[in-house]
Amino acid sequence: MSLPVTPSQTVGPFFGVGLPFEGSENVVPAERDAAIRIQGQVIDGKGDPVPDALLEIWEPSVGFGRCRTDAEGAFHVVAAKPKAGGPGGAPEAPHLNVTVFARGLLRHLVTRIYFPDEATANADDPVLKLVEPERRPTLIAKECGNVLHFDIRLQGTSETVFFVI
Amino acid sequence: MINHDDEQEPPYLYPDYVGTRLRAPVRPLVRLPPGSHDFPAPFFPREVGKLEFDLTRQHAGEPLGERIIVTGRVLDSDGRPVRQTVVEVWQANAAGRYLDQDDQHKAPLDPNFAGAGRCLTDDQGRYRFVTIKPGAYPWTNHLNAWRPAHVHFSLFGQHFRSRLVTQMYFPGDPLMPHDPILQSIPDPAGRERLVSRWDQETTVPQWALGYQWDIVLRGSEATPFEDEHR
Repeated sequence: MSLPVTPSQTVGPFFGVGLPFEGSENVVPAERDAAIRIQGQVIDGKGDPVPDALLEIWEPSVGFGRCRTDAEGAFHVVAAKPKAGGPGGAPEAPHLNVTVFARGLLRHLVTRIYFPDEATANADDPVLKLVEPERRPTLIAKECGNVLHFDIRLQGTSETVFFVI
Repeated sequence: MINHDDEQEPPYLYPDYVGTRLRAPVRPLVRLPPGSHDFPAPFFPREVGKLEFDLTRQHAGEPLGERIIVTGRVLDSDGRPVRQTVVEVWQANAAGRYLDQDDQHKAPLDPNFAGAGRCLTDDQGRYRFVTIKPGAYPWTNHLNAWRPAHVHFSLFGQHFRSRLVTQMYFPGDPLMPHDPILQSIPDPAGRERLVSRWDQETTVPQWALGYQWDIVLRGSEATPFEDEHR
């Protein structure tokens, strides 16, 4: 038996009353030693900030976090770098799974945040290898002092790579 | 891989819904191998309170509007109930206004209605909310644009790939054929699956109208053979 799935609809602009909750941006507690702050901006096809997006971070066997963007399109989450290895033992480089919701997105987008200090593992990562080399940097966070920086460009020439899963 | 969902799911770019024009990706999405995202949904990091299913009992008084019960089952595409999964809802009040500072619609807020709820499905995959029927409201997509009454739903299911955010509509709403968000779904049968059904059995005499709405989430892509080797 295969039932047709329920179609997706946009999260709309007013999800703030329902989805974020206090502390939801922390995938791991901020005071944990391995905690890393990851911040960035969600940007539309004209280069304007997207002030009504919601990001979710999924770290298998670690936790879950969600953060909405502010008026400048900015977000931040606190996560930990996961171990290498994907489902089924595939040799994947450490990464965070990200879903992006926003007004104007009829379906959510899926992307990944890879880590800048994992050049060797990133070079061998089977998913990054599926991506044209010139687009791979859109999936790798940038080191920026004590924090990592990761922008999400929804549309355009430097568009972030999104996945069909 | 054939994606059976393509006719059922809205496209990213649907120009009639103006918000998609600058936000839909234009570069091709990269298709990942089946099974690469079959990891389980994470533990929801927040307790779901026993009364969060009832949006009419979150304040000192009762909200204005038509009291309704919205209930149904959450299933995976193999027809199995999705048990103990978090269902989140949010909606406008009876006047068509959200408790959100960005909602500037000139309709009254209701001091007894915040418009958000959560629950867990039971062992049959059943969820149940008590709320009020949301009002239709205007938006600026095109001249005289009005959203049909709807309740937003957010579900996790068992896997990363079963994540779903969608909207539930009410039967017979004359605004539905004019709503580009609903009409973005190519297949009429797909649109129909977002419309709840008024149900006499669910309706409680002298108290609340009942609506039934079942939700089907994408299941795991892994075949049993692959599962054995995990």
